[in-house]
Amino acid sequence: MRWLESNLGLVWDLMLTHMSLCIPPIIIGFLISIPIGWIANRYRLTRGVILVVLGLLYTIPSIPLFIFMPLILGTPQLSSLNVVVALTIYAVALMVRSASDGLGSVDKDVLQAASAMGYSGWQRFWRVELPLSGPVLLAGLRVVSASTVSLATIGSVIGVTSLGYLFINGLQRRIPAEVLTGIVSVLLIAVVFDLLLVLLGRLVLPWSRRDRSVRAKTVARSRTAVLTGAGS
Amino acid sequence: MNLIEQGFAWILDPENISGPSGWVARLLEQLAYTFGAVAIAAVIAVPLGYLVGHTGKGRDIAVSLSGGFRALPSLGLLILLALGLGIGFRAPLVTFVILAIPPILAGAYAGFEAVDRRTIDAARAIGMTEWQVVTRVEVPLGLPLLIGGLRSSVLQVVATATLAGYVAGGALGAFIFEAFALRDYPQALGASILVTALALVLEGIFALLQKLVVPRGVVVKEQREVRSRSSRTRAVMGTPIREGK
Repeated sequence: MRWLESNLGLVWDLMLTHMSLCIPPIIIGFLISIPIGWIANRYRLTRGVILVVLGLLYTIPSIPLFIFMPLILGTPQLSSLNVVVALTIYAVALMVRSASDGLGSVDKDVLQAASAMGYSGWQRFWRVELPLSGPVLLAGLRVVSASTVSLATIGSVIGVTSLGYLFINGLQRRIPAEVLTGIVSVLLIAVVFDLLLVLLGRLVLPWSRRDRSVRAKTVARSRTAVLTGAGS
Repeated sequence: MNLIEQGFAWILDPENISGPSGWVARLLEQLAYTFGAVAIAAVIAVPLGYLVGHTGKGRDIAVSLSGGFRALPSLGLLILLALGLGIGFRAPLVTFVILAIPPILAGAYAGFEAVDRRTIDAARAIGMTEWQVVTRVEVPLGLPLLIGGLRSSVLQVVATATLAGYVAGGALGAFIFEAFALRDYPQALGASILVTALALVLEGIFALLQKLVVPRGVVVKEQREVRSRSSRTRAVMGTPIREGK
């Protein structure tokens, strides 16, 4: 506790740095995943190919990926861009599956009804498919957010400052309180992000609270699928 | 491109291959961590997951536990344990066991949950005891999802085992952290290529295993209902219109 009291400023600065590393990958990853998920869901052939390729990308361990990044991007080795891009790749790899599942979870009858009412494909996507797949997308985004916040700490190992600095410094100076503070701060950010996402979900998807029974199951199943990597 | 060649040159250099600090030995250490941790985790998580899946009790706890662990930073946990247990192989092993538990737990209970309730009722109806229902119906039918859970825990641990080198626990990460200290980029790159290749090979083996190990007649349940069923009851199928109410 005494360590925390005397280093409150440092911890706060690192939390801000950490968040600035995490937010771009979560948002950009989400935006990239929607069109890819749509393509994956639209054609049977592309679904298999896209999910396999992204599965392999997700398989690349984080430290090697951080080390490969300067070669691929041509950035300096200590640039934080390396970490941001690598985290975005992981976010996309996780999120596309949710996007594809979410878009696939929309009732076919509803889609036909929308077409029958004269919606064009474009309108139908924005006004029917995307909003109705919201709960599954949200579940996927929550997983992405938690894993991004935790993975960003690894950046410190390759010299990109984040909350991981507290782990490394704590090891060198043998201060368990510092390491513990780092872990708690990471969990705190993860919880805050998660609550914000849930809140955002309530605002953007006000209908999803009432319509629990069937969709909740889909959401739960898709979360487990993400966790176990089950499915095709 | 030149740097990539240097990375491969590092891998192919006979000096780096054999011996107690060559990459073959380090790679075996990485594998030992992976399978050791997953085996210990499986002994803990599989019975627990089966219990949750069979009784349906504690499901919410299991779900939020598996979800919450995602946010736990493995590097922090590793270092905290290393400060307590000392450097060496013990702290990494404990860390990896903790990391490996959630996916296996999720795979075990999701496997049981995926079994059609009517199948279980049928098994009871033909006189199977509760134990028989578990061992002859739920375990085989839940196998694909359990293997899926084992697969993702192996992949997670094999990737994270790289961190063991950070607390003097050996494995392939030792090369990477040594390379950072010496500013030897080709070595970091070479070791990174090895870690990535190892992860991809394990992924391939498990993908194959997942197909082979599943008993014939058991199909991984694709999310079929999700795609086609309507969430509303259909007029043709039921709920006749009742008058006067």
